[in-house]
Amino acid sequence: MQDLQSLTEQALELVEKADGLATLDQVRVDYLGKKGQLTALLKGLGKLSAEERPAAGAKINEAKQQVQEKINTRRNALEQAAINAKLAEETIDVTLPGRGEEQGNAHPVTRTMRRIEELFVRLGFSVEEGPEIEDDYHNFEALNIPAHHPARAMHDTFYIDPSTVLRTHTSPVQIRTMEKAAPPIRIICPGRVYRCDSDVTHSPMFHQVEGLVVDKGVSFAHLKGCVDQFLKAFFEADVPVRFRPSYFPFTEPSAEVDIQCTACGGEGCRVCSGTGWLEVMGCGMVHPNVFSACNIDSETYSGFAFGMGVERLAMLRYGVNDLRLFFDNDLRFLKQF
Amino acid sequence: MKLSNSWLREWVNPQLSAQELADQITMAGLEVDGVEKVAGEFSGVVVGEILAAEQHPDADKLRVCKVAGHPDGEMQVVCGAPNARVGIKIPFALVGAKLPGDFKIKKAKLRGVESFGMLCAQTELELGEDSDGIWELPEDAPTGEDLRQYLKLDDETIEVDLTPNRSDCLGIAGIAREVGVLNRCQVVGPEITPVAQQIDDSLPVTLAAGDACPRYVGRVIRNIDISATTPLWMQERLRRSGLRSIDPVVDVTNYVLLELGQPMHAFDLSKLSGGIKVRHAEKGEELTLLDGQEVKLQEGTLLITDEQKPLAMAGIMGGLDSAVSKNTRDVFLESAFFHPLAIAGKARSYGLHTDSSHRFERGVDYRLQEKAVERATQLLLGMVGGEPGPVHLRELSEVMPAERHITLRKQSVPQRLGVTLADDEIVDILTRLGLEKIDQNADGWTFLAPSFRFDIAIEADLLEELARVYGYNRIPSLSFNASLDIVPQQESEIAQDALEQTLLARGYNEAITYSFIDSDSAALFDPAAEPVALQNPISAELAVMRTSLIPGLCKSLQYNLNRQQGRVRLFESGLRFVPGDSVAGLKQEPMLAGLIYGNRFNENWTGGKDTVDFYDIKADVEALLAHYVTGGAAASAEDEFRFEAGQHPALHPGQCARILRGDVEVGVVGALHPQLQKKLDLPRAAFVFELSLEALGQARLPSFSPLSKFPEVRRDLALLIDADVAAASLVEAAIEAAGETLTDLKIFDVYQGKGIDFNRKSVAMGLTFQHPSRTLNDDEINAAVDAVVGKLEQKYNASLR
Repeated sequence: MQDLQSLTEQALELVEKADGLATLDQVRVDYLGKKGQLTALLKGLGKLSAEERPAAGAKINEAKQQVQEKINTRRNALEQAAINAKLAEETIDVTLPGRGEEQGNAHPVTRTMRRIEELFVRLGFSVEEGPEIEDDYHNFEALNIPAHHPARAMHDTFYIDPSTVLRTHTSPVQIRTMEKAAPPIRIICPGRVYRCDSDVTHSPMFHQVEGLVVDKGVSFAHLKGCVDQFLKAFFEADVPVRFRPSYFPFTEPSAEVDIQCTACGGEGCRVCSGTGWLEVMGCGMVHPNVFSACNIDSETYSGFAFGMGVERLAMLRYGVNDLRLFFDNDLRFLKQF
Repeated sequence: MKLSNSWLREWVNPQLSAQELADQITMAGLEVDGVEKVAGEFSGVVVGEILAAEQHPDADKLRVCKVAGHPDGEMQVVCGAPNARVGIKIPFALVGAKLPGDFKIKKAKLRGVESFGMLCAQTELELGEDSDGIWELPEDAPTGEDLRQYLKLDDETIEVDLTPNRSDCLGIAGIAREVGVLNRCQVVGPEITPVAQQIDDSLPVTLAAGDACPRYVGRVIRNIDISATTPLWMQERLRRSGLRSIDPVVDVTNYVLLELGQPMHAFDLSKLSGGIKVRHAEKGEELTLLDGQEVKLQEGTLLITDEQKPLAMAGIMGGLDSAVSKNTRDVFLESAFFHPLAIAGKARSYGLHTDSSHRFERGVDYRLQEKAVERATQLLLGMVGGEPGPVHLRELSEVMPAERHITLRKQSVPQRLGVTLADDEIVDILTRLGLEKIDQNADGWTFLAPSFRFDIAIEADLLEELARVYGYNRIPSLSFNASLDIVPQQESEIAQDALEQTLLARGYNEAITYSFIDSDSAALFDPAAEPVALQNPISAELAVMRTSLIPGLCKSLQYNLNRQQGRVRLFESGLRFVPGDSVAGLKQEPMLAGLIYGNRFNENWTGGKDTVDFYDIKADVEALLAHYVTGGAAASAEDEFRFEAGQHPALHPGQCARILRGDVEVGVVGALHPQLQKKLDLPRAAFVFELSLEALGQARLPSFSPLSKFPEVRRDLALLIDADVAAASLVEAAIEAAGETLTDLKIFDVYQGKGIDFNRKSVAMGLTFQHPSRTLNDDEINAAVDAVVGKLEQKYNASLR
């Protein structure tokens, strides 16, 4: 059995020395294969007596197993090394930027409108739109603003012809909705509006979102609750809100809504002209004349409406300091949103 | 409206600072725009008197004055004002005085002569606009008195931005009434007692304009001294209210306007022929207005006339010829009520806006006229003397504004305002506002609206008054209740937002451009269109309504190129305005348009500096269209989108596709026409698309088709065909010929050039076959491929390569 021991040692040594999977496999074939040297020893068992045979066979198998295990271990190590080498070779600079198209951005006005819509849609409001070139009736008359009403002077209207205008607010959408739908009504009307005015703080085109609720038992307290909750939700802050009596021909009572200045927290600063408050929207209880223009019985139903300038809210929310930027479409501006 | 705080305090004086008062009325609906001191910050200025004035020995324009007023006695002051002369009283800034702008007065030497102080012009004290020389104070100004004391300058101007419904507050009296209501304190105006007539003269007045002028009060005053000066206190009040002093008569009418809110007019009696007639203008009449403007009167304009001619545009502006002048001795005072509807819009139609028209078109108290004329007489006589005639009132009672009786139901207060107010409080608030309770029962009250509140006519108006005075911010905030119903939602309706998100993910940024553009651009992009023009555009740049969104996007492209942004991808959604059938014969069509320009990819280390081409933007359009044709084997031809070579005036004739769904054109995609590109000064080609959101229609609902378990087989074909055969035609014919087992067909190569006839091209297509329920054999597939080749040979002269 001297043979067995030296063969085993020889094999183990070769396994140890094998520096590649092919060499290793050759060792396996040479010693453990069908014609391998260790396998050959098994064939010599026949010469032994029946008593000696099992013990000798076991020893040979033991040696074979020892070599096989050594081969396995060596193979694993070699494979691992190969993988490691491949991985090392494949290593790249992960800090370089990715390939392909970059994400574009929605316009801040759209972003703001969508955010407003979303808050109201969750409350069961539906989003309504309407024409931007409007007839005098829907833009003014039906909203309790007859011809020559002094309130018309506040609107700086663009005219297409004497009875056709660019809508000065999205309120005509409220009229068009009330004309065709019966209460209860809960709508939100986003869109472009136009006023014949252009300077640092006025754009001839801007965006409004108006809301309208018509139902039984709606009161001014509900209007206050709705507006207050909306503003707190929009600004994601427990911002103080105040209501000031004001005048719109289509609501009675009417109110302007101020929030505490978001820039100075009410201390008074340049943004709020030192008052500590920022005017953000107008609102009120729907005027009975508006209801009657839409054939809604103002004894049975009441309602409230509110409206806000989208650019104004976007400026406050995102800190934009120049209204004109909204319509320049400068990519350096658009990519910030 | 601007008013002096100290003037208001004579009427009503709650324990509030000017700022507190301003905040209070703001919160009651009279929005204060600003509270400003009536004079600049200065000190050490007294009333001085020039005792002597001599020529400066070394300067032509300077005078050396001896001035009284300093506590230590006479002072020498060198003064450059041309009106510095002996005997006049002037503001005298003593040595040590501080003038506005932190300007300290020191002892000085002017051209060698010592000067102890300075004599001041109005502007130097920020007390007026007169900078021509030093300010001449009234003769009776007490020499030596501190100027601030003398002029009561510790006062503020409060500027109230009144909403159009609150014409009742266009006078001190009205604001004082509000302040009284809010503070529950007494309001006391000046005592206005009738001034007895001294002469019998009066003018006959004829009211011939119906309800446009149902009330007219006139009074003749003879022998006034127009050369008298308006007292300083009145000048100061006018100034603090934003008006300039003109002459005593005009000043008095303006003063009454500011105090009571009644616009008045004074005519020079000697310029009138016969009686006054209030009537509407007839065709062809003309009038020269006070401001010198000659106007052709529009028919129907309300006029004050005499027996011969128009004298004044009623309630708007007087005429020049009949105006009070330096030579006037006798005046006729007018205090009338003109109906708001008779004045509204009229001033604006002449390009005028006056303090008078501002008030009349909003509503002037129709019971105020006699009181105003008495007040004016009282003030005028004190200033310019004269002998008043009787107050002559003409009234058409049958066409006077109707009294407004308004019923307030108790239940309405909690129902409509959401707050409960005690009955006493309700009646108290409304009564203090000037409403008169005329009836009452268990359910509520009936009130009579005051003649000065044109905005109170219905119950909602009373509710607003209650809420306003009670305080909007004391009313609770409640969540509103609603019955929530699930409303049907069409799955086949594609939200615009989903389309926009697709573009954003493909690297587009969203633009918002003006809906109006310049007419040159409009013509450049679409010469055949006749865009709707604005009657009153803000500028030529923004003059016509867009008929396409593409010009706006191109303008944004130019803007960005000028700012070194070389790669631009923009989209916009919005209306275009084309002939059609909605409002005013116009179709207002929601569109979605996009533009790409520059490199295909952002500059990147991986390379790829190619610029975009038609197929880039077409892929973007296809990604949008994919929203509408998701899934479903059951598509009909009418439901499919196709691209056809097309023509568009703004696009390259060889790189322009019409996009159709069935037979409906839904949009266009292509390269900007090279000529247009050149005109717009674009160095490279720009690619654009525009889709009509309505024409895109409904999306197809996904409809499942079972997956085949059997292998698919692919065969590739390389064909030579004539260069002008469209790929789509080829594909269509191939699909038709291949039969039902063809599941996919892709064109994977197109080649034209070397090795091929110049008028031919090579097209390689991959055909995939699969059967739903069994494995296809070679014979079947070969037959299908042969059919395709045969069809293409026959129809398009194709040959296998």
